[in-house]
Amino acid sequence: MTTTSDVPKAGFRPSQLIYDTRYRSLTIQVIAFIALMLGLSWLVSNTIANLSALGKDFDFGFLGQRAGYDINQRLIDYDSGSTHGRAALVGILNTLLVAVLGCTLATILGVLAGVLRLSKNWIVAKLMAVYVEGFRNIPLLLWILLIFALMTESTPQPRDFREGGGASMIFGDSVAITNRGVFIPAPHWGAGAGILLAVFLLSLVAIWAWRRHAHKVQEQTGRILPIGWGTLGLLILPTALAFLVLSATMGRERQPVYVTGAEAQMSLADYAAGPGAQGMNVCAVPGSTEALNLRRLMRSNEARFNLVAVEDNAAAIAAAEAGRCNIMSLPGSVDPATLPAGALALSDDIARGLPVEFERPVLGGFNFEGGLQLRNSLIALWLALSLYTGAFIAENVRGGILAVSKGQTEAAYALGIKPSRTMRLVILPQALRVIIPPMISQYLNLTKNSSLAIAVGYMDVRSTLGGITINQTGKELEGMLLLGLFYLVTSLVISSAMNLYNSRVKLKER
Amino acid sequence: MKKSVLFGALTVTGLAAGATQAATLDDVKERGELNCGVVTGLAGFGAPDANGVWEGFDVSVCRAVAAAVLGDPTAVNFVPTTGQTRFTALASGEIDMLARNTTWTFSRDTDLKFDFAGVNYYDGQGFIVPTELGVSSAKDLDGATVCIQTGTTTELNLADFFRNNNISYEPVPVETNAEAQQQYLAGACDAYTTDASGLAATRATFENPGDHVILPEIISKEPLGPLVRHGDNEWGDIVRWTLNALIAAEEFGVTSANVNELASAPGTNPEVNRLLGTEGELGAMIGLENDWAKRAIAAGGNYGEIFEKNIGENTPIGLARGLNAQWTNGGLIYAPPFR
Repeated sequence: MTTTSDVPKAGFRPSQLIYDTRYRSLTIQVIAFIALMLGLSWLVSNTIANLSALGKDFDFGFLGQRAGYDINQRLIDYDSGSTHGRAALVGILNTLLVAVLGCTLATILGVLAGVLRLSKNWIVAKLMAVYVEGFRNIPLLLWILLIFALMTESTPQPRDFREGGGASMIFGDSVAITNRGVFIPAPHWGAGAGILLAVFLLSLVAIWAWRRHAHKVQEQTGRILPIGWGTLGLLILPTALAFLVLSATMGRERQPVYVTGAEAQMSLADYAAGPGAQGMNVCAVPGSTEALNLRRLMRSNEARFNLVAVEDNAAAIAAAEAGRCNIMSLPGSVDPATLPAGALALSDDIARGLPVEFERPVLGGFNFEGGLQLRNSLIALWLALSLYTGAFIAENVRGGILAVSKGQTEAAYALGIKPSRTMRLVILPQALRVIIPPMISQYLNLTKNSSLAIAVGYMDVRSTLGGITINQTGKELEGMLLLGLFYLVTSLVISSAMNLYNSRVKLKER
Repeated sequence: MKKSVLFGALTVTGLAAGATQAATLDDVKERGELNCGVVTGLAGFGAPDANGVWEGFDVSVCRAVAAAVLGDPTAVNFVPTTGQTRFTALASGEIDMLARNTTWTFSRDTDLKFDFAGVNYYDGQGFIVPTELGVSSAKDLDGATVCIQTGTTTELNLADFFRNNNISYEPVPVETNAEAQQQYLAGACDAYTTDASGLAATRATFENPGDHVILPEIISKEPLGPLVRHGDNEWGDIVRWTLNALIAAEEFGVTSANVNELASAPGTNPEVNRLLGTEGELGAMIGLENDWAKRAIAAGGNYGEIFEKNIGENTPIGLARGLNAQWTNGGLIYAPPFR
């Protein structure tokens, strides 16, 4: 039996806070914390003092005020009568759009360039080296401005597309590359688009099931099923088949065009020329194929018109009764008794349209009308961000691949696996755990760098909330705080999502 | 005890911040230089010449104030500002005054906490289009792409104009006049809109000015003038009355050529005598020497001389006096009495 005697208990003395190593670190931390808090409170009180000296208050009420300015690229409804808050939202969506587009393209470019830079083909490897070094070592702003300048200065103006102007559209008159942007056909969803979408989603599920099945078969029997061809077939065939069936059943249906203030059996051309038209206001559901076909009819008659957007057929009738429009396209099944007094069908009728139709851009008064406009500012920003960040990602990918031991490749070759498959199935999955963590910060960089948008007049959140709104309302502090908060939240969301993915692909230890 | 010292220190810093805010005149004198915010480059209104010396209609206001306060029209540090950065620069104290074709509006005067010293150019917003478009009125611009400087009143007027006339347009936001000019000439926009004076100034720099037409519509009132921060009334008075001195000098026939002669001895017109400091103590009332106005006029001439030299009919910009003639000639330019 042993006895232990207690260590004599010494009382705590204040000097121990400095001379005793057990307490010293704590003391230093407490002092540092107090200094930090004092610094912060000085900053805040200084701000408050200076704001009150300027006679400014601190509130976010300006977000509810009328903005008064227009934004060219908007993914949601917005006009100059909307609020500053909504303008900020339009800007946020534009920022997110370019960030998502940029991250996607940068990843594709980066992975390709990173893999090809390790190629045994001397020319390919050196070309990739030139790409990486060229983009990595020149400031991003220069690339944005350069690409924007190239796109504005070297492409034709819309009026050059008139006869004798020397410019022409490509891909069967469906795409126009102008110095204001690239105009591409825009999809219009008609009746039956829902079925088409359902078929497409089902085929995605089928693809997933097919790949799973193929993996299982390979694991069990070693037989390799054609995954690529199967996926491609499943992706296209069922949807294409559904489209053809739907088109055949409903594509031939015609719809009457009802107008007010016309004589019986008048043609559209006569109506447009006559006194009854008075301004040609068309009630239609925006984005529907009926609206598209009606617009085509109007265009072929060279009639100018305003589109009055309505929700559905009933709303179209109500709007016509209220006198907001004088032309409407309704299905033949609508009871003529429900129409407003004096409404008659024209002798022209329009096709009900296919489930999906593409509206081609056509040259209008000043510019191309219809179709989808990818503005030069978006394209320049998107390409520059992707090429720039892609160069960094390429280096990450190269580093990741080099981190996988050469023995892995040799082992795969020894088993008779083709080089392309070795890269895809053996090297890249192992390289991913090295590639992903630095890739997260590249995505963050790209998203934050998108705030250079104002250089080319792209209306991102920095240009709307952080630019025009601040300028018109004088709320610099509030605007900048909100802007900072937005970028902070976005970055945190991106990095946590990528961290989730990272924890899936990282080395699992058993 | 320590706490109270700290709070004391904080209060002192706060008060000091408030105090420096108020005495712009002392700051300028101590610095020996006037920080004046100007446009990034607009021919005739404010642009560096071949030697890098700033000159122009707005720049002359800066020089006159520097001459009145410091006695040296060249003691100016010109700070180029864009439509977006100008107000932050002024509010933060980076510049002492802003002379940059800025429109006097209610919200800028009240909500943004600035004081406008007066109007040195009565302007309105117009449109410029290439002649080959065949457009004769701004109302024909339905569907047009319009270049517009962001952060300006013109941006808001443009939105209102198209909305009121129920026609559509596509805005292309740009930061500076130079950028707008490049976009417009490349055909990336069909029309460019800004103050009519700015359009005339911009057109003057084109290779073929005759290929472009300024549309007849003036869609807004744009009274342009120099401005200072709200709250320092002494400094505001100096800028206001320097501008008024230039205007009054034209009315009374005081020019850069005869100002020294007129200021050497009291003449027959008592208001000219008070203006030039040969009679009365007007200079002391705004904290300057008695010959402040003489120096301001000697710097670049009176209002009329500045106008003719920079943007008048004999310059490439070729603007007529129009609304900006003296009130005695049917214009709106009018200085309150020096009494």
